[in-house]
Amino acid sequence: MSEIVFSETAKREIEKILSRYPTKGAALLPVLHLAQEEFGVLTEGVRAQVARVLDLPPAHVEGVVSFYTLFKTKPTGRHVIWLCQTLSCDLAGTRSLLGHLERRYSLKPGGTTADGRFTLTMAECLGGCGTGPAMMVNWDYHDRLTPERVDEVLKKYD
Amino acid sequence: MEPVLLKRIDIPGMAEIETAVANGAYANLGKGLGMKPADLLEMVKASGLRGRGGAGFPTGAKWGFAAADPKTPRYLVCNADESEPGTFKDRPILERDPHLLLEAMILSGHAIGAEYGFIYIRGEYADAYRILARAVDQAYAKGFLGKDIQGSGTRFECVVHRGAGAYICGEETALLESIEGRRGQPRNKPPFPASVGLFGKPTVINNVETLANVPFIVEKGAAWFKSIGTEKSAGPKLFCVSGRVNRPGVYELPMGTPLRALIKDVCGGVPGAKRIKAVVPGGVSAAFLGPEDLDVTLDFESVAAAGSMFGSGGVIVLDEDDCIVSATLNIMRFFKHESCGKCTPCREGTYWLYNVLHRIEEGGGRAEDLALLLDIADNISGKSCCPLADGAISCVVSSVKKFRTEYERHISEGGCPFAAREAGAAKA
Ligand SMILES: Cc1cc2nc3c(=O)[nH]c(=O)nc-3n(C[C@H](O)[C@H](O)[C@H](O)COP(=O)(O)O)c2cc1C
Ligand code: FES
Repeated sequence: MSEIVFSETAKREIEKILSRYPTKGAALLPVLHLAQEEFGVLTEGVRAQVARVLDLPPAHVEGVVSFYTLFKTKPTGRHVIWLCQTLSCDLAGTRSLLGHLERRYSLKPGGTTADGRFTLTMAECLGGCGTGPAMMVNWDYHDRLTPERVDEVLKKYD
Repeated sequence: MEPVLLKRIDIPGMAEIETAVANGAYANLGKGLGMKPADLLEMVKASGLRGRGGAGFPTGAKWGFAAADPKTPRYLVCNADESEPGTFKDRPILERDPHLLLEAMILSGHAIGAEYGFIYIRGEYADAYRILARAVDQAYAKGFLGKDIQGSGTRFECVVHRGAGAYICGEETALLESIEGRRGQPRNKPPFPASVGLFGKPTVINNVETLANVPFIVEKGAAWFKSIGTEKSAGPKLFCVSGRVNRPGVYELPMGTPLRALIKDVCGGVPGAKRIKAVVPGGVSAAFLGPEDLDVTLDFESVAAAGSMFGSGGVIVLDEDDCIVSATLNIMRFFKHESCGKCTPCREGTYWLYNVLHRIEEGGGRAEDLALLLDIADNISGKSCCPLADGAISCVVSSVKKFRTEYERHISEGGCPFAAREAGAAKA
């Protein structure tokens, strides 16, 4: 396994993060977010590096990463669709979008398109219930979705 | 009612500090920081402000416990996790009036003697996170945050901490665990956060909307605040309405607004003039109300008297063609996924409730399943270390009680009587 190193910019950012908390351990979530931005995926090597930088037991970092749904430990397509399936969105039509994604993109929950462009993940309430169905693509919110709107939105992500 | 919390929400550029200040942000700092902390705390107590995050605990009393604890430093934590399904009321403040929240935190910190504040924001609110973090930087640059705020001698430092996807982190002690860099699993109580909270220090945790009231209480006084709403539930409230209404959205109304008026007059009623079957009055942890409950007023006491919970203000409306079993199944899938796994009754119980609901909805229900659902619920009730579990069973217990015949039809007909609408939705 090749050595995983944070860039100089990331290292400075980590120093800044550490200065905000009274314990090193409290910097773990922000540093994991930063690591995910920097490396794309929190691979075993990245997780071990985060543990070293923060002087934390590797098992502790493993436990934390596995608890939170937004931390990514496996490669995904270039863009991740988080489609809300919770009650308000379901009433507004999540299931019709699921049908559409499967027919038009051969995309099923948990799956990735053959061209590696999209991964579909089902999400729980995103806080966009009034304008559902809602989804996030990467970190961007899109709402009032219909099958046509989904096509329009997804065009913007190559 | 004149808007209070949302009065600046439609002004473009409020996230920029110059625009915010020009429109009244931080205007109450002079008055509030000039008050003795004890007087400010007394003012909030006298206003009757109660928590908007779900439980309705009196804010002044909570502050009093932490302020009386001699350990330092004390912490103020803002709960911006907003993950209760059907709830989307804090987001407009976070994205479109972030300086209101910062002003509120500075004032609240002063009242309880907390020099450090954390805003815990759910990981999915990435835009709101960037906006808030920038607002914090701007507030430091202008001297609204830091060691000596505007020469007042008051210190307040503020950090925005981003979660990473876990509903349970909205529960206050799980939230503290998450800030400290651990899995978001609730702590046993006591000790309560007011004495042993963040990093073991006295800590006050308040919802975004709760705190956002504070600058206006400082500006207009406790009596003004008490004059809005009902005697025991004072003040303005943000309601977020979704589901089967013509105009879903976030509305600011007095506490005690009748549910029927909210749905009919404010939200334009139900599309197609269909009848209302059920309403979730305050996020999916709150029990279903039925058509017989629509005259309830939306305040802590009345919703509790109707057998549910005022909760977060997240109102979800179901119409006559919606399937109550399907809705309950949807809610249970959520809780099964979000149970943190610490307490066995919650972890295993939500799993079994989901399985039994699933087989009823899919046509494999058995005659004894309704008794089984209630028995599992009973074995969860009051047996876990945080309120997630009790919230999880309220949809089951209330729907079996109020809509028993609908469950029985699923079982006797071997499937969902509303399947046509759902199949239509899936094909559309
Ligand atoms: C499972 C669970 C989830 C919760 N989620 C939230 C939330 O997203 N936002 C919130 O403000 N309070 C949430 N709460 C309530 C908090 O635990 C706490 O009571 C609240 O933040 C206190 O603030 P308040 O007194 O201002 O309402 C949740 C509670 C539980 C049990
Ligand atoms: S239910 Fe989908 S965003 Fe809330």
